[in-house]
Amino acid sequence: MNANDGTVATAPVIVRAEGLTKQVSTPDHDLVIVREASFGVAAGESVAIVGASGSGKSTLLGLLAGLDVPTAGRVWIDGEDLFAQDEDGRARLRGRLVGFVFQSFQLLPALTALENVMLPLELAGAADARSRAAEVLGQVGLAERLGHYPRQLSGGEQQRVAVARAFATHPKLLLADEPTGNLDSATGAQVIELLFRMNRERGTTLVLVTHDEALAGRCDRRIAIHAGVVSS
Amino acid sequence: MRNLAIALRMLRRNAHSGEARVLAAALLVAVASVTTVGFFADRVQAALDRQAGELLGGDLVVRADHPVPPAFLERARAEGLATATTATFPSMVAGEGGTSLAEIRAASAGFPLRGRLRVADAPGGAERELAAAPAPGTVWVAPALVERIGARVGQRVRVGNANLAVAAIVTREPDSVLDYFGLAPRVLMNEADLAATGLVQVGSRITWRLLLAGEPGSVARYRAAMQPRVARGERLEGPRDSRAEVRVALERAHRFLGLASLLSVVLASVAVALAARRFSLRQTDAAAMMRCLGAGQADILAIHAWQFLALAAAGCVAGTLAGYGAQAALGHWLSGFFSVALPPPGPRPAVQGAAIGLVLVLGFTLPPLLRLRGVPTLRVLRSDLAVAEPSAVLAYGLGLASLAGLVVWQAGDAKLGAIALSGFAAALAVTALAGYALIRALGRLRAGASGPWRYGLANLRRRTASSLVQVMALGVGLMAMLLLTLVRTDLVAKWQKAMPADMPNRFAINIQTDQLPAVRAYFGGLGLATPDLYPMVRGRLVAIGAREVSPASYQDERARRLVEREFNLSWAEKARADNRLVAGSWWPPGRPAPQFSVEEGIAKTLGIRVGDTLAWDVAGSRFEAPVTSLRKVDWDSFKANFFVIASPGVLEGYPASWITSFHLPAGREAVVDRLVARFPNVSVIDLTAIMDQVRRITDQVSRAVEFVFLFAIAAGVVVLFAAITSTQDERVFEAAVMRTLGASRRQVALAQLAEFACIGLLAGAIAAAGAVALAWVLADRVLGVPYEFDWVVPVAGLLAGGAGVALAGLAGTRRAVSSPPLAAIRSLG
Repeated sequence: MNANDGTVATAPVIVRAEGLTKQVSTPDHDLVIVREASFGVAAGESVAIVGASGSGKSTLLGLLAGLDVPTAGRVWIDGEDLFAQDEDGRARLRGRLVGFVFQSFQLLPALTALENVMLPLELAGAADARSRAAEVLGQVGLAERLGHYPRQLSGGEQQRVAVARAFATHPKLLLADEPTGNLDSATGAQVIELLFRMNRERGTTLVLVTHDEALAGRCDRRIAIHAGVVSS
Repeated sequence: MRNLAIALRMLRRNAHSGEARVLAAALLVAVASVTTVGFFADRVQAALDRQAGELLGGDLVVRADHPVPPAFLERARAEGLATATTATFPSMVAGEGGTSLAEIRAASAGFPLRGRLRVADAPGGAERELAAAPAPGTVWVAPALVERIGARVGQRVRVGNANLAVAAIVTREPDSVLDYFGLAPRVLMNEADLAATGLVQVGSRITWRLLLAGEPGSVARYRAAMQPRVARGERLEGPRDSRAEVRVALERAHRFLGLASLLSVVLASVAVALAARRFSLRQTDAAAMMRCLGAGQADILAIHAWQFLALAAAGCVAGTLAGYGAQAALGHWLSGFFSVALPPPGPRPAVQGAAIGLVLVLGFTLPPLLRLRGVPTLRVLRSDLAVAEPSAVLAYGLGLASLAGLVVWQAGDAKLGAIALSGFAAALAVTALAGYALIRALGRLRAGASGPWRYGLANLRRRTASSLVQVMALGVGLMAMLLLTLVRTDLVAKWQKAMPADMPNRFAINIQTDQLPAVRAYFGGLGLATPDLYPMVRGRLVAIGAREVSPASYQDERARRLVEREFNLSWAEKARADNRLVAGSWWPPGRPAPQFSVEEGIAKTLGIRVGDTLAWDVAGSRFEAPVTSLRKVDWDSFKANFFVIASPGVLEGYPASWITSFHLPAGREAVVDRLVARFPNVSVIDLTAIMDQVRRITDQVSRAVEFVFLFAIAAGVVVLFAAITSTQDERVFEAAVMRTLGASRRQVALAQLAEFACIGLLAGAIAAAGAVALAWVLADRVLGVPYEFDWVVPVAGLLAGGAGVALAGLAGTRRAVSSPPLAAIRSLG
């Protein structure tokens, strides 16, 4: 594998997309949502994917995570060809390498804050899931809220649990979809602070989709997407 | 294990959801229904097994319908076995207070060889156990006779020509399991007094027994040696063969009760399917998230399957406990049947209950599980993404196939299983069609309805499939209840009323040929109609055509019994008015060639056709004659009737006894006392007492069936809640929209009430229609009484359905009415 887009020459490339295309068929015509996107993200880098509503940002993020299958093109994460694997193989790869933060938090309502954070650790087979989860929750300032269910937490607290869950497995790559979209600006700022602190402290690569200029501005680099076409 | 831990953690929260509760409740009802019957049957079975030796009164018994040949006794002595003999037969006993039919047992010294008798000095008095027969000159009598004929201890009773002193009240004998199966109360006497009674005569139905007990080796040697020498009318019975007829009857009762209990399982399966589907819908996003966090499809399947299994385990355990409690109630109600204490049940029914729970869970949660397994991970980003549904036919096919398997297994044989299956299927199809038609019809009334009713009717129609499932499940449960309560009592009352006033209510048997003129004169002298007297000769069927007949020739249990026993053959010159010829023709008057007329039912059972030659063994001599006609007999007439009638001249030379039936008006019971005093060998059977007993048995048995059907009602209610839960989000959202638009809580509640009342009324209508239809079939085909439509049935069905379901529905949808509208719209909109 060779990283040849030249964005960051010194650090190893953690994510690389090549000719990534997503096309869907509607009754009237074929719609191209992402068109031949090729780019790379270096380890430890923070990148914002920006664009108008409907420009294809979230689809691109889904493709980078292997949540969706492209019509054409390939994605490598930490050197592993994502779409050379089957659905379960991609799930395992995500479990090992990728963390997620969503606009709508996506905490499991049946589990407590602690249990939500334990979940990816357990799925990855970690023996000390409980203590590690408690530790990460402590780092995001929720040591007092371990036994609370999501509905007993505020939006900001829920998103901090989601951040803790995303970082618990020490992923090399963290993908975030509008992480502040459902939060007021003060709470949003706290969550942004948290994301970048974790990014700094743990060296995690950050790829986030956002409308939020303040957030995009704090990233090392932007990838703009317009009508499915990516420009760095 | 990792998945199990995650599953249990998720379940802690999910278990509080409506669908999880419904799922567990459905399994509880299904398992309780099946285990109640299973536990009870197990207790009875255990009683029969554990006390088999005691129930037999010995280790081995030679039973014969003639005195046991001496060879059997000689061999027993040679083997060093202890022996005792008994003779049992029905006869009249007379005391100071009247006469009664009794079951006489004359026992030799040494009886019983195994087990003990329990006696007291007065009914209800202190009991003591004895292992001995009454001394010569004395009798022990059953408590019933104390009241009926005044046979108190110290008084004297007459048995035939013998005058004997009552020495004790016998409350329990080792070899009677089922009190109700003996028609008459027991009188126990000493064998030495048997001759003095003068009751051992031609045509007396005496069962002779030789009881044996000893070392197992000796008993086995004896059995091996004597088994080949067992002749017709004789039988060797070990503990295992004892009470074969009771075992068969109980086995059959267990099967039918078991099938009835499966009705709840079928209904519960609907609730399980609904609840599991809703559970799966609610877990969709969580499953997508777990996929996103690295869970494989197998993990998703395992995490949710564990949750279902854990819920199932809780339902099964609770159901088994409930079944255990319910069987105790059942045992209490039916305790009158058993003279022995029932031992506690074994663990087998619990295992069966668990198996049924597992079958339900595996069969009906698989489609939702497969659906979750296929949830696209992209749903974490796009919640509108549809989830691929597994093929319903393929997936629920497994559940339906397992249900069918359960039915066949419970039925015990393929034929009964197929009948039960088609019965279930037909009932479901008919109720489905009727329910669908009613829902459509009701939907049309919408335009004319006002306010909440219009809204309720609109919802009923919009959720046609869900409404139909609720209407069917509740309808079937309600129908079972209507049938067993209102319809049954009504039909039985009608059946009794339909009996003619002068219908015979007494049988007199055992009349000897030389007593005929005197008996006729006795009735004439009292101003009673001279009864028709019919001769009876006992004979054994030995061949049909060229085919020799033995019990082994038949599969059918009834056919085996018929062939093993002696028949009562009669003869007649003219065909009776109450017998209708259905094949062949009656013999000409005078002295026709020897021939037989056979009752059509028994002809069918034994495979006898017109033209077949029947060979009989009567008192050791064999004769043959062809069958020239088949008759249909009205057994309900309570007149003496015979399976086989011979033409005149065939049987006259053989020893015969005579039988008659007559109507004894109330208040003239003394007629019987005097008849018996004058002809001590004659036994009079009181049919009213027997009918009372039959009614009591019917009452208790149907109470047991009703009890089992209570589970069906409970299952119907669970289905209702399953359906309510499955539409809960929709209802909450609709209610929120209505309230946002200005509807009051009361209006919202009324709209919901209207919908549930409609469902209840439809279920009640289906239940009532089904109950009326079945009542008509029962009246017309089974009981032969004209059916009269009874308004109470549909009114009760509609009221119970409408009110019951409306209230239950309202209770189940409280949240829809009480949730703040904004929160509801935000969380669901």
